[in-house]
Amino acid sequence: MTDAAPAVRAAGAAEPEEVEGVEAVGGLWADGWAQLRRRPLFWVSSALIVVLLLMALFPSLFTSVDPRAADLSLSGADPSPDAIFGRDLQGRDIYARAIHGAAPTLTVGLLASLGTVVVGAIAGLVAGFRSGWSDGLISRIAEIFAGLPFILGGIVILTTFNRPGQIVGEVRIVTQVVLTIVVLSWPLAMRIMRAAALEATQQDYVKAARALGAGPWRIVTRHILPNTLAPVLVFATIQFGVFIGAEAALSFLGIGLRDPVVSWGVMISEAQERVADIPQSLFFPAAFLVVAVLAFVMLGDAVRDAFDPRGR
Amino acid sequence: MGRYTLRRLLQLVPVFLGTTFIVYFLVWGLSDDPFAGKCGQRACSASYVAEMTQRYNLDDPLIVQYLKYLGSLLTGDFGQTFSGTEVSTLIANAYPITIKLALVAVAIEAVIGIAAGVLTGLRGRGFVDNLVLVSTLVLIALPVFVTGLVLRQVLGVELGWIRPSVPNNPTIGQLFIPGLVLGSLSMAYIARLTRTSLVENKRADFVRTAVAKGLPRRRVVGVHMLRNSLIPVVTFLGYDIGALMGGAILTEGVFNIRGIGGLVFRGIQQQDTATVVGIVALLVIVFLLANLIVDLLYAVLDPRIRYD
Repeated sequence: MTDAAPAVRAAGAAEPEEVEGVEAVGGLWADGWAQLRRRPLFWVSSALIVVLLLMALFPSLFTSVDPRAADLSLSGADPSPDAIFGRDLQGRDIYARAIHGAAPTLTVGLLASLGTVVVGAIAGLVAGFRSGWSDGLISRIAEIFAGLPFILGGIVILTTFNRPGQIVGEVRIVTQVVLTIVVLSWPLAMRIMRAAALEATQQDYVKAARALGAGPWRIVTRHILPNTLAPVLVFATIQFGVFIGAEAALSFLGIGLRDPVVSWGVMISEAQERVADIPQSLFFPAAFLVVAVLAFVMLGDAVRDAFDPRGR
Repeated sequence: MGRYTLRRLLQLVPVFLGTTFIVYFLVWGLSDDPFAGKCGQRACSASYVAEMTQRYNLDDPLIVQYLKYLGSLLTGDFGQTFSGTEVSTLIANAYPITIKLALVAVAIEAVIGIAAGVLTGLRGRGFVDNLVLVSTLVLIALPVFVTGLVLRQVLGVELGWIRPSVPNNPTIGQLFIPGLVLGSLSMAYIARLTRTSLVENKRADFVRTAVAKGLPRRRVVGVHMLRNSLIPVVTFLGYDIGALMGGAILTEGVFNIRGIGGLVFRGIQQQDTATVVGIVALLVIVFLLANLIVDLLYAVLDPRIRYD
C-alpha cells in the first residue's frame, strides 16, 4: 500500500546508479525526472495520490464513524452536519464509507498492476530474449488470453469460483479479483516488454557484452532489464488507474468485491437501484472513483511524456 | 499478401481452440454438480438428469465433451439451453441489437473524436488544445457504468428526453445515448490519436512540399495531412468495432438493452452453460477476425506497409 507511484519511486531510486554508468550528464531516468518535475500535471496527480493513500492507510484521520454502522431510521437522509454526504439506503454514513472504500480499491489496483507487470515482464523478457520456439509458444499463450474480452472473461472466471449470491470472505474475494485481472491483462504487459527486449537484444552493447563472455543471466539483468523497464513502468502507472475502474466495474456487476467489503464499486452497485430517491449514494462514491482513476491516468500521462524518448 | 493472410488465419486456430477450451473448462469442468439448483428446491428427477447428461455428453471425459461440442459448433450447431431453446435462436435475436449499438457507438466516437483531434492538432497549443486534453482525461477516467447511470438518471428519469429502458426493437435514435456512453472512452483515445498523428505529420516533408507547390491550405490539410494522419485512427476504429461487439455488457445492463451482453450475463447468472460457451465462442471469432481484417486493411490504406 505504500508504493503508489512505482514509476516515480523507481525513477528516484535508479537515478544515481544510471548516472554513474552512463558518461553523459544524466541517464534516461535522471533526464525523465528532470522533465517530470517541470510538469504541473505531475504535481497535481501526485498530491491527489498522496491524499488517497492517506485515506487508505489511516481512514481514522478523516472519519471516526464506523462505515458499517447502519441506522435504518435514517435511511436515505440528505447531507447534514451529522453525515456530510448523507446516508445510503441502509442508513450508513456515505462519507465514512467513501473514505473506508479507498483501501480495498487501491489494494486491488496496486496488487493487480504489480502482478500484471511481474508476470508480463518475465514472459516478455523470456520471449524477446530467447526468441525462437519459446517466443512462439509464449506469444500464442498470450494471444489466447488476450482473445478473451475483459468483462466477459472476468464474469466467467469469477462466477465459476463463486456461485452468484454466495457469501465469501474479504481476503478470498480480493485475491480472486486481483488474480482475474492479472490473468486477463498480462498479455498487454508481455507485448510491451517483448518488443522492448527484442529491440534491446539487437543493440551493440548487448553484442559487446556477449562477446566479452557474459552469460544470459548477466546480460538480461544488467543490460536488457534496465533498458526495457521504462515502457513497462509507464504502462503499470496508467493501468493502475484502469484497474481501479475495472475493479469497480466487476463489483458493479455483483461479481467482484461484495458487501462486507466497503469499496467504491460496491457502493455504486448498491446505489444503482435507488438513484432516483438517494442520488447522493451514487454521486459521492462515483466522484471518488473518478478522481482516483484520473489521478493515476494523469500521473501515467506525465510519466510517459517524461520517460518515453520517442514522445519528445 | 495471400501468404500473410493464410498464415494469420492458421494462427487463429490455436488461439480459438485455447480460448474456447478455457471457457469450456471453467463453466463445465469446474462445477462439481451441473444440476445444482436447476430444479428449484428439489433434486432433479432421474429422467431429467439422464436426458441432460446425454445432451451435453456429461459422462465422457472433459476433453471428449469439448471435442464433441467443438464438432457440432463447426457445423453451425450452437447446442441447446437446459430448457431446450436453441442457443442459435437466442443469438440471432440478440446479436443484431448489439451490432447496431456497436456501430452507433463507433460512428459517434469517430465523428466527435476526429473533429476534436483535428481542431486541436491544427491549432497547436492554446486554450482549445488544453480544453480537449483535459476532457479526454476526464472521459478516460469516467467508468462507462457511471456515465451510463448518470445519463440515464438525468436525461431519462428527470428530464424525460430519452426512455431510461431501451425497448425491444430499438431505433438508431433510441440507441444514441447508449452508443454515446459506450463510445465515450474510445472517443477520448481517438481525439488524442488524431491530434498526435496530425502534429507529427505537420512537419513532414510531403506537407512542406505541398505548401511550397502553392496548393491551397484546404487541399494540403484535407488531402495530404488528413489522409496520412487518419491511418492509425482507422485501424483503431476497426479494433474498436471488434472489441465493442463483445464488450457492451455494462452499457446493455444499464440501459436494459436486450443484446448479446445481457444474454451472456443472464446465462452466467442462471448457470446456463451452453449459452455461455456458445456466445463466448462466437465473440472470440468476431474479435479475432476483426483484428485480422484491420491488419490487412492497414496494408491497403498505407502502401508503405508490405506483408510478405
